[in-house]
Order: sequence, then structure tokens, then C-alpha cells
Amino acid sequence: MIQVELLKLFRRPRTWMTIGLLDALPTIVAILLAITGIGPRPGQGPAFLSAVLSNGSLFAVAALAIVLPLFLPVAVAVVAGDTIAGEAQSGTLRYLLIRPVGRTRLLVSKLVSVFAFVCVAVLVVAGTGYFVGRLLLGNQPLSAAVTSVSGTSLTANQIAGRTALAIGYVAFSMLGVAAVALFLSTVTDSALSATMGALAILIGSSLLLTIDASRALQPYLPTRYWLSFIDLFRDPILWRNVLRGVALQGVYVAVLLGAAWANFTTKDVTS
Amino acid sequence: MIRTHALTKRFGSLTAVDSVDLDVRPGDIYGFLGANGSGKTTTVRMLLGLVMATSGSIELLGQPIPAAAGRVLDQVGAMVEGPGAYGHLSGRANLELLDGSGSRRARGARRDRAERVAQALEQVGLSGVGRRPVKAYSLGMRQRLGLAAALLRKPRLLVLDEPTNGLDPQGIREIRDLLLHLHACGTTIFLSSHLLAEVEQLCTRVGVLDRGRLIVQAQLEELQAPTGRTLVRTPDATAALALLNGRVEHRDGETLLVRGDDPAALNALLVSQGIRVRELGPERRSLEQTVLELTGPSADRVEGG
Repeated sequence: MIQVELLKLFRRPRTWMTIGLLDALPTIVAILLAITGIGPRPGQGPAFLSAVLSNGSLFAVAALAIVLPLFLPVAVAVVAGDTIAGEAQSGTLRYLLIRPVGRTRLLVSKLVSVFAFVCVAVLVVAGTGYFVGRLLLGNQPLSAAVTSVSGTSLTANQIAGRTALAIGYVAFSMLGVAAVALFLSTVTDSALSATMGALAILIGSSLLLTIDASRALQPYLPTRYWLSFIDLFRDPILWRNVLRGVALQGVYVAVLLGAAWANFTTKDVTS
Repeated sequence: MIRTHALTKRFGSLTAVDSVDLDVRPGDIYGFLGANGSGKTTTVRMLLGLVMATSGSIELLGQPIPAAAGRVLDQVGAMVEGPGAYGHLSGRANLELLDGSGSRRARGARRDRAERVAQALEQVGLSGVGRRPVKAYSLGMRQRLGLAAALLRKPRLLVLDEPTNGLDPQGIREIRDLLLHLHACGTTIFLSSHLLAEVEQLCTRVGVLDRGRLIVQAQLEELQAPTGRTLVRTPDATAALALLNGRVEHRDGETLLVRGDDPAALNALLVSQGIRVRELGPERRSLEQTVLELTGPSADRVEGG
């Protein structure tokens, strides 16, 4: 069943268009940086952009930072919101269930396929970022030391390891988005509603993060620690927020998937 | 094959299906009749474990539903409220995906997949459709594809909800022949429809649902039993009227409705008196008459209070 779901996802032209569009933005940014050579002043604009002018290998991480606030969550919400509601809309959900495919099995297969999409999307963005960065921006030899966010130097090996960690962290954060959209997808029969609902929650969360009055809520908001992967590039690594982020996403994922399961396995399928 | 006991479904304060006791026996072609909105589709969805019953029990092939749905449904082919398919894929690719779905036990060997799919497409007359995506199919072709999906696993029981929707007369004929062929090969068929004529031509047993309640369940012949009257058409209607004085219940031009259930004797009597008979036979109730007598006004008729 998992195989079938993966096949459905990756045989769909829309999946690849989404990934292509995700890559377009960092690529445009890289081209503009390469042509103008004007980086944002340190502390402004997306993270790492000021650093990539001297070393293109960092652009993999910079690319993630560019798509993370909006584009990546949108893509994930579209795919995850489509899982159950999309089947309901095309009238195929009932035929899958009477095939019979157990409801839990279907939900797990959908979850796995969404997770596969998240991983592929994040990896492709990071890979494209690395490739474009090396090609267009400062291509110092790979072995050259890179200045960390804290100002000290990191070796190429350290950078590679930390980039891998950052990719994992971003993918896990996106799993939280996927869980929200998947849950909503079991509630409504409209894929668009599920996607929009998930995005509304994320935008609401980002908005509350900018308001001082909501400080008491902020540690529990789903987007609170998304950008904490930057801390992985401090020296030494500042683990506190990263670990909190992982724990918080873990709770969101567990609760929402539980809710999705409870709702889907007991609901009347009338689509 | 299908047995329900006091099956009830409420949506809030609305009782969609009210204490229904279905009994479909092996070898039946069961016509499940009812107006739009009478609860047919909800019943069918409950039989297949898609909608949970509020109360009552369902047995499908002798197993309880929804508890045993995973064990039983792979022997059941179904089409519920029109076909469903992924529009961007071809019909063949759709069937292959469906064939690969489900638990290992339900889905059958992978190496026979192409053959199973080809056979199902052939059965419904879609074998030459090629790589065209489903979104370019006509309504009738989609309907056929839905039927192919139901036939994919060679079911013992076929549950079909309005299977001839969107088909042209030739298509309806073809599907009817296909269903009769499957029935001859041992498939029990449960056909839900609001088309009385379709059910009358095809089914051996009929259940009629009216506003959620099963008001009739009987063999078709019982419902079409002779009424004890004989229908006579004769160009000498006036002479016949005089001869059969008192036995004629109704006259409409050349047509007489005569009390008495022995057409042969009546014919002999008429001919012996020199009255020419154009047509003569026992009057039978049509299914339509029976159903209309038993049911109330159409359920989608909403009148102001």
C-alpha cells in the first residue's frame, strides 16, 4: 500500500512542479547575488545570505532559510492536505476503503508518502542550493574554513555534518505542518480547505510570535523554533532551542496524528 | 449473502434508514428500489462499512460488518454513487493502482496484475481505450471503468448503485447482458436503482425502500402476480359487453377488463358466440403500480407548510 501511495505521489506532475517551484526562488536569489554582489548587511534578510558571498557551500543552508518561512510549508500543506480529502474529492476514497484498505493502513501509507515528499523536497532544495552556490557564488576550495555565526572558524567537515543536521531539523519541522494538514484532511472533504486551514494556523502562529503581548504563548507555537537550525552553525552548537524545537514538533505531530487517526477510523465516509 | 437486522442510521434528528431488515440470498439478483433520498445509498454505504450504523446489525457473506470488513470485502465488488478515478491517469493505470492497493491477502499476485486488469477492461468493453487519461472519458466510459473496478477481484457478490447512470440505450443493454452473464456464472447481484423498468427486466427479488423504511421485500413474481382479471381487446366490444353482462369491470374503446382468472375459458366463450378477439390475457400488475401504491410522494419534493 505504501508503495502504491508513493507511486501515486511521484507519478503526479504536480509533485514535481511544486518541487521545481521551490527551487526557483533560491536560484533567483543566488543569481541576483552573483550579479550584483550586494549581500544583505549581517543581521538583516534571510539567514546566512551575508555569508554566502564569500563561500557558496553555505548556500545550501541559506536556500533552506529562504524557503522555510513560507514556500516550504505551503508545498507541504498542499501535498498533506490533499491526502485524504483529495481522495474524497475524486471519489476514490470509498473505492480504496471497500477494496478493502484498512483505514489505519491508508492513513499510515499517506503519512509515509507525505514524509517522503518532505524529505525529497528538503533534500532537493538543499542540493540545488549547494550546487547553485558553488557555481555562482564564492567558490573557495571545499577544505577552506568557514566563519560560523559566532565568528569562529568551522572546518569543511563540521559544515557538512551541521548542514546534514539542519536538513534533518527542517524536515522534522515540516512534519509538524504535514500533521496539521493531514488531520484537517480527515475532517473536510475539500483538499483546498485542509491546505488553507493548515496555512492559517501557521500564519497565525507566525503573527503571534511578533506580538510581545503573546509572550506567554510563544514557547508553544508551532513555528516558534523553525529557524533555530541556525543555532547549529554557532560554535559551540547552541542546542537549547534546537532540542526544544524537536520536542515541541514531536508533541504536535503525535497529538495531531492521534487526532487524525481517531477521527478517520470512526467517521462516516459520505464522499 | 446480505442480511441486516433492524438497521438504522440517524444523521442528527433525521432518520435516514429506519429499522431495515434486508435478506439477500445467494443467487439472487436483488433490486433495491427507492426514490431519490429514500436512504438507498446510505444503506449501501453501511453494507460496505463506509458509514457506521446507529443501531442494528449487518451480515455480509455470513460475517459481521464493519468488524469483519477487512476479511469479507475482498469478495465483494461494488460501485457506490458513480465511479471514482484519478483524472490524470489512464483507465488502465487507475485499475492497476487499485489492484495494488490493500493488504497483501486482498490484492492478489503482482505478476497477474496486467492480465486481471486487461480482463476487467475487456468485460466492460473498454479494452481498446489506450492511454487516454480518465478526465477525457465520457460519462458512460467512466461508468464502465467503475464497473471494471468492481469486477477486478471476481467478486461473489456485486453491489451496484445506479450502474447504468449516464449510459446510452445500447450501453444499458450491454451492461444488462454482462450482469446476466455474471449471474449465470454464480455471482449474486445487489442492484440499487430508482429505475423501475431496469429492475423489472433484470431482478428476481425486490426490496422497496420508502423514506428509510423497507416496505416490501418479495420475489418479483409475487409482486407481479395476476390480479384475477382478464384483459380483452376485441373489435366487437359492444357485443362482448352484452354477452359478458355484469362481468365487465371497465371498458375503454376496444379494451375490456373482465372479472375471472381463466383466459382460456373466456376465449372459448367469446369465439363460440362469434366475437372476434384481437388480444386476450390475464391482467398483471406492473412493478410500477405496486411501488407507487405503496410509497408516498417523492422524497425530494419539499412543500411549504
